[in-house]
Parts: sequence; C-alpha cells; structure tokens
Amino acid sequence: MKSIVKVFAGALLASTVMTGASLAQTKEVQMLHWWTSGGEAAALNVLKQDLAKEGYGWKDVPVAGGGGDAAMTALKAMVAAGNYPTASQMLGYTVLDYAEAGVMGDLTETAKKEGWDKVVPAPLQKFSVYKGKWVAAPVNVHSVNWLWINKAVMDKIGGTEPKTFDDFVALLDKAKKAGVIPLALGGQSWQEATMFDSIVLSTGGADFYKKAFNDLDEASLKSDTMKKAFDNLGKLKAYVDPNYSGRDWNLATAMVIKGDALVQVMGDWAKGEFVAAKKAPGTDFLCYRFPGTDGTVIYNSDMFGMFNVPADRRAAQAALATATLSKSFQSAFNVVKGSVPARTDVPDTAFDACGKKGIADLKSASEKNTLFGSLAQGYGAPPAVANAYKDVVTKFVHDQIKTSDEAVKQLVKAIADAK
Amino acid sequence: MTITTLPDRVAAQAGATRPVSLRERLQDLLPKIVLAPSFVAVIVFVYGFILWTVYLSFTNSKTFPNYNLTGTRAYERLWGWTFESDPPSSWYTSITNLGTFGVLYIGLCMALGLLLAILLDQKIRGEGILRPIYLYPMALSFIVTGVAWKWFLDPGLGLEKTLHAWGWESFHFDWIKNKDRVIYTVVIAGVWQASGFVMAMFLAGLRGIDSEIMKAAQIDGATTVQLYRRIVIPMLRPIFLSAFIVLAHMAIKSYDLVVALTSGGPGGSAWLPSNFMYEYTFKRNEMAVGSASAVIMLMTISAIIVPYLYSELREKGR
Amino acid sequence: MSTASSSAEGRSTLDRVVIYGLLGLFAAFYLIPLFVMLVTSFKPMDEIQSGNMLALPRDPTIEPWMKAWGEACVGLTCAGIKGYFWNSTKMVVPAVAISTVLGALNGYVLTKWRFRGHKVVFGLMLFACFIPFQAVLLPMATILGSLGRFGNDLQDLIGTSLGFGNPTVNLVIVHVVYGLGFTTLFFRNYYEAFPTELVKAAQVDGASFFQIFWRIMLPNSAPIFVVTVIYQFTNIWNDFLFASAYAGSGDVMPMTVALNNVVNTSTGVVEYNVNMAAAIIAALPTLFVYVVAGRYFVRGLMAGAVKG
Repeated sequence: MKSIVKVFAGALLASTVMTGASLAQTKEVQMLHWWTSGGEAAALNVLKQDLAKEGYGWKDVPVAGGGGDAAMTALKAMVAAGNYPTASQMLGYTVLDYAEAGVMGDLTETAKKEGWDKVVPAPLQKFSVYKGKWVAAPVNVHSVNWLWINKAVMDKIGGTEPKTFDDFVALLDKAKKAGVIPLALGGQSWQEATMFDSIVLSTGGADFYKKAFNDLDEASLKSDTMKKAFDNLGKLKAYVDPNYSGRDWNLATAMVIKGDALVQVMGDWAKGEFVAAKKAPGTDFLCYRFPGTDGTVIYNSDMFGMFNVPADRRAAQAALATATLSKSFQSAFNVVKGSVPARTDVPDTAFDACGKKGIADLKSASEKNTLFGSLAQGYGAPPAVANAYKDVVTKFVHDQIKTSDEAVKQLVKAIADAK
Repeated sequence: MTITTLPDRVAAQAGATRPVSLRERLQDLLPKIVLAPSFVAVIVFVYGFILWTVYLSFTNSKTFPNYNLTGTRAYERLWGWTFESDPPSSWYTSITNLGTFGVLYIGLCMALGLLLAILLDQKIRGEGILRPIYLYPMALSFIVTGVAWKWFLDPGLGLEKTLHAWGWESFHFDWIKNKDRVIYTVVIAGVWQASGFVMAMFLAGLRGIDSEIMKAAQIDGATTVQLYRRIVIPMLRPIFLSAFIVLAHMAIKSYDLVVALTSGGPGGSAWLPSNFMYEYTFKRNEMAVGSASAVIMLMTISAIIVPYLYSELREKGR
Repeated sequence: MSTASSSAEGRSTLDRVVIYGLLGLFAAFYLIPLFVMLVTSFKPMDEIQSGNMLALPRDPTIEPWMKAWGEACVGLTCAGIKGYFWNSTKMVVPAVAISTVLGALNGYVLTKWRFRGHKVVFGLMLFACFIPFQAVLLPMATILGSLGRFGNDLQDLIGTSLGFGNPTVNLVIVHVVYGLGFTTLFFRNYYEAFPTELVKAAQVDGASFFQIFWRIMLPNSAPIFVVTVIYQFTNIWNDFLFASAYAGSGDVMPMTVALNNVVNTSTGVVEYNVNMAAAIIAALPTLFVYVVAGRYFVRGLMAGAVKG
C-alpha cells in the first residue's frame, strides 16, 4: 500500500509543476481535420510544406471518426471554450451555421486578390461565402453519381456501358447469371442514401432532383416520380449479397477490386481505393456516370472554414487560404484524393482518365447549372433534414418500411418534421 | 450491523462536560470539510449542467445553445415518436432496445461476475493468470475490439464461415445482419467487456468478508451452497448496489459499442438512447431534441434508481 | 478461508474438476477476440484479405507491430503511437490518484462519521454517475474556456498560469469531477460492511479523524483500492469524448485519440494488422495495472486486527 501512495504522490507533484498554457503562436496555423489515412495525410503534408516555405508552422489537430462527426464535436467544444482553431475542415451547411453564429473570419481580401469569385463554381460559393464575405476555402469537389466497375468481370459477362436505368438492371442480371455478386453495397445509411441520390437523379432528371433534394419542394417529394425512385431502389436491392448490412464502404470497394462483385455505386473517393491497390482506370476498372445522369454532377466538397482568430494570427490564416486554393496544391491534393479541384482553371495533366472526365464534367455542369448538392452528403439541405432522409432510405432498404408508397409518405413527414 | 454515528456521540459528550474548544469543533467539522469539495463539485458540474440541459430542452437550440424559451416542441416530437412502431421511429427503437439490452446486460454481467468471483475464491491455483484474462476486455478500446467482434459475428467472415469450413454446413448465425436480432449481439459484446469488472467487484467484496464468519458457519455444518446463499451473498448486498449502478450507467451510456460493432445496425435497428442523444445534439444539430431526450433518460433513470436507492439506504441505516 | 474443499473430502476432487472446467471454459470465451486480434496483428495484409480470420498466420510478420509503434500516421505526424504514452500517463495518474483518494475519504465520512442528511448527500453523488457525458461536453468546455482565460491573466500578472488552461490539467479536472460519484460509491459500499466497532475503539483511544483513516481504514482497503483504481484507470485511459474535445492537438493528445486517428481512417486500405497491434500496444499500461494491482487482491486483515 505504501508504495502505491508514493507513486501517487510523485505523480501529483509532477502534474502540479507543469507549466501553463503556451502562448498563442502567431507564426502557426492550428488545423482541425479528419484526414488521417496515409494517402490523405500525405496530400495534406503538401499544404504543410507549402506553408513552411512561407515561414508558417503547422499545429495539427486530427480527430478521426464517423466521417468527421468526432471532429465536428471537438470543434463545437473548442468554439464553446473560445479557443478557435485557425481553420477546420468542414462540410456544407456546417460552415453556414458557424458563420451565422458569428465565429467565422473574413477572407474577402485574400479572395479578391486571388480572384476566387471567377474560378470557384457558384454552387460552392453558396457555402463558402456568407453575406458577401468569404468564410471558407474549398479544397476539392467530390462527385457522387459514379459507377465503379471491375473491367475483367465486365469483359467476362460481355457487358457494355449502361446508358439507362433499365440497361443497368439488365447488366446486373447478366452478372447474376454469371455467378458474381452484381452490386457491392455497404448497408450503412449514408451509403444507401448516397446511392439513392443517384437513383433519384436518374429517375426524375436534373430539375426534379433540384426541386426535391435541394429546394425540398413538397409536391416533388410526394410525387409519383419519387415513388418510382423508391421502386428502382427496391429493384437494385435484389442484386446485393446477403451479408451487405453494416459493411464499410471501402470493403464494398474491395469486393469490386478483387472481382467478387461487378459494380459499386459510390462517390469518387472510391477511386482512391483502386489507385491504392495499384489498379489503373480503363485497364483494370471502369468509371461511368450513374446511368441516365451524364451531364449532371451531384457534388459534395471539403472546405477549410476559417475562424475569427485574433488579429495577430490572421496573416497565417490568409497564407493558409492562399496556399489551399493555389493551383499546385489543388492539383497535387486531388490527384491523391480521387476528387477534382475546387477551381475550374486547374490543368488536368496530372490526373488519370477518370479524373479528367470528372474535371470536364464539373466544368460543364457548372456552366449549364446542373451542379447540385448531394442530400446524402450534407450539401442538399441542413443536417437535420439530410439525416431524416437517410433514416427513411435505410429503413426502406432494410424492410422496416415495406412499400414505396409508405416510403414516400415517411419521407415527406420526416423532412417536414426536421425543417 | 447498526451504526451509532460518532460525531453525535462526541458532540454530546463534549457539550455535557465543558465548553467546546476550537480544536474540538474543528474535529467535529472535519468530516464535513473533507466531504465538501466533492459535494460542491458534483452539485455544480452535474446538477448545474442538468439544469442547463433542462433549460435547453425548452428552447429551439439547433447547432448552438440558444437561450430563448420557446416551449415544449422538443418533447412533443419525442412523445409522438414514442408510439411510432411501424415503421419504428429512431426514438422508439432506442428505448425498446434499451429495455432489452439493459435487462440482459445487467442480468448476465451480474450472474457471470458473481459466478466467476465465487469460483475464483475457492483457493484456485493460477488466480493471478485467470483474473487478468477475465478483466482484459475492459482495457482494450472498443474502437478496435469492436472490429474483432464484428468479424467474429459476421457470417461471411467469422464463426459461421469457420464452422462451415470445418464441415458443420447447417450452422447458421447471422444475428448481426438481422434487424430483430442485432441488439443481442450488442449484449454479447457488452457482457464480454464488462462482466470481468463485475467479477472484480464481487471478488473484492468476498475478500472483504471476515473469514472467521465463514469458518464459524462451516463448523456449524453449513454446506457450501447454504453458506453462500444464506451468509455470503446477503453480505455482498452493498456490492450488488455498486455493481448495479456501474452496469446501469454503462448500459445507458453504451454508445461506442453500438457504433463500433454495428454502425447503428440494419436500418438503425441497434440504436440506444445515447446514440439518439449524440446524433441529435451533435450530428443533426437539433440540440433541443437531444437535450429533451437526455432529460427523459434522466427522469426514467431516476424513476428506477431512486426507489431502489431509497429502499437500499433505508434498510441499511438506523 | 477455504470454503468448498474442506467440507466433504470425497467430493472435493470432483468439485475441483468442475471449478477448473468452468473457469477454463469462460477463459476461452473471454480470449476469443484477443486471439483474433493477435493472429491478425501478425499477418501480412494479403493474408488478412484472403484468409480465414481464425486461422493462424501462414507467414507471420512483426512488421505491423513495428509500424504501429513507430511509423503509423497520427494525422500528419507519422511517428507511430509510442510518443503518446506520456501524454496519457501524465493525465491519467493524477486523475486516478485524486479521484480515488477523495472517494476513499468520502466513503469513510459517509459510513463512519455520519451526519444528518448523509443519505441525501450520498444519493445525490450516486445519481450523478448517470449524467450522459454528451450533455456536459459543451457547458464544461465553456467553464474550461473561462479557466483558460483566467490562466492567461495570471500568466500576464504573475508569470505563471498555475496550470489553468493547460489541456492536460483540464482533463484531470474533468475526470476527477465525473469519477467522484463512482469512487465514492465503491468505498462507501465497501466500508459499509467494515466493523464500526474498530473505529469506535480507536476513537475512545483518542485517535483523530485522519489517524483512524490512515491506520485502520486504509490497511484494510486493498481489494477496493484495486477495484477503484482499475475502474478509474481504465475509464480515463480509454476516454475519447473528452480527450478529443479538450486535448485534440498533436502535442497534448492522449493515447486514445492517437489510436483512434490511426484506426478510424475513412479512406485508403484499412491496415487491420497495424490497427490490432496498435490497440494492443495502447492497452498495455491498463493491462499492466491489472496485473500489478491484482497482487493486492488479498483478503483483508480485519480478523487479525480485531482479535489481536
């Protein structure tokens, strides 16, 4: 017993002599993010080095988990305590929430100097500009409506690129007959809803998607088109393997990589998995737009929200923002991440075939006004609505909601409730 | 085991004979002074924050706290969800799951913990090896053990696949993929994690019992079963209270367990109230609803705990 | 002390077989996940992806352990998890020590120095165990934020912040406050069964409040100290919610947050072997405490003390 007491006493002493808070570093950016996997960290290191060249240090605050949930919880606590980070990785409506609460900084001066207004697509500016002030620097644009196909399996079953939803079902049938799992799906609500985003776009077209999932127009939400979209989701469900429930998205991607499954419907971050497995587009795997959605892009985007830090830390913040939107970083980062640059004037030379298509698609969608926020990924509506939507989709997929009529009814109710 | 409190007696003695010196008065106050910092901390950081949560539940706080009272909408929404069973609302799933999970988890952990403690207390060779084996699940972060369990329970990867490979083709175990069964897999992993600690608590209790009492009973000719049923287990009563409180609080706070093991389960069918609370407070930015669910949880807990505490503390006192 | 064995000699062998059989069976159940983790941590990645998770490694490698220890990326710093032990230790040891000692004192007061309303006080402290941590995260952050500003003022005024605002000190405060309910509960319920006559006798002999605590209560509290220390150490070491919210930056980050950053990556090939190795490494201090503290898991000395 005595010895335990001694250890305790020593520890107590050690803790009380510790020095207090270190002085806020003015030549340093404090960065909260959830990019902790090897590839992401490597990509972010480019930014760190760019800043080091300008003489700014990097204080890393990485909090992984739940696709940013844990980091956002930490951010809320930091803001409540009054310790704002220089910048934080953020998504869509969260940026606007924090801006409304008056804790975001002002990047307008930097933005003007760098001409961001002209090169960042307008739908993105809706989230990075609040009441005329730039509050966030977009890092990338992910797009959601992609098919990822194993080429060897595709050749074996003699399939071709599906152009319509019915083509797609026919293709899945072929795979089923050939004895491969047709559709690799991870049965988690966000993956199911991400796939449903594409189905709705394919079923109802661009205008319908915008009305239903960006404007939350009730007539569209309860229309027969939405019911048909649920029916289509029901059709696709017949092509998944029995163990899909709860599977992580990257395991579903691995099924396609290994040739156990033909296709996965997933955002372009899936490409990172193929690349990490040393697979090349065109020879090992194919990237097609979800059938019937060519010309339209459902996007989400990672942004670095910039906080209202004391005046002596603003120079570092501005340097971070400039470096983030520099063409070199946008190219280097997005090549690794699988996404495309958030500014439309970055040369596509460093990108592979899928990346080149993604850049071209983003540019044309931006010009034709067919670039829409993904509801499943938090760019279609605030989190309360987006999660209510995911609830309905996942309950439909897992047979808790049994008919598409019921699903439409539940969707309308859940969204009205959450608004 | 009746208890006369010492301060009363000391005070009575002192008061009767001579004026109370400063030192004696200090000695009388000392126990209260020792207790005071803890008590104050609990009042401020627990009950103060509970009041704050109650307050927020009557506002329309969304991403951040908002201090304008706006009424009972959060409670009305929860109340509506309480009876939505087809399709089940997330709240309905959470509270019914807590019923199933709570009863099984607390019951199994207690039973297993007590059994293991009694077995270990039989002058076992190798107790020093067995004890850490039962305890180690507590030490590992569930972020990773959740993955190990997930694999083990997954029909395509774990137990089922292995047994099929060994020739038992008809074996079927897919609870983790089944929306009506998934909560039982959470129970299995939860019991695995916590029962060892309950064992330690009971073992401490057993070791604290005066061995003379046991010897005396044995000399009187009591059988082992009688010894435990009539004498030992009743003496462990305060430990049952501790174990119950620890387990009940773990059951209510089991958040990681559900997330790491099931990612919420098929269609959200594995949710517990703590998942609901976290989701609404931090993910869905509906802080008022999250707060209201916390308040309802605390009220439910007090409805169960307070009468239990009352009877437990009443009997034990004078 | 012996209970089962001495009663009926003829049955004792059978009893022993049953006892050891049951203990062994349960040990096997508890060890399954550890087995899965261990075999996985020694397998190369392709073997994990293709093989059976219960199979022994065909081609064992310690590469994952080396990587978890010294190379895995925690955010942008890729130096493994070895550096985070100290961050956790300097937070966990004081937090466990303070909350345990306070719990022992509280339990002592609440059983042997009772006053009017002692049950209400105990009831209030006990119910405090049930507050969901998610609900206290933000108000606590606000208070810690004010403490931090107070610390900055002190820094300007007297040249030292006395620890106010230091993330590690903040975590110690938080864990002491929310651990008090449990430590008090454990000691109170243990001391409840402790013979009050002993305390009374010492009182008559003129022993003071602290003398009784030091000479009579503490020497007989080894088992409950073990339980409390195990409980507090485990919970504080493994806490993620408070640690990530109040001490997320790389230089002060506790082990759990670092482990989470290694394990919980959303993209890229998930290196299960490294994750499993990292999890076991991160749990070593807790396991060490279990084994060491377990040595004090002995029967109390009360009988001897009473009878002389």
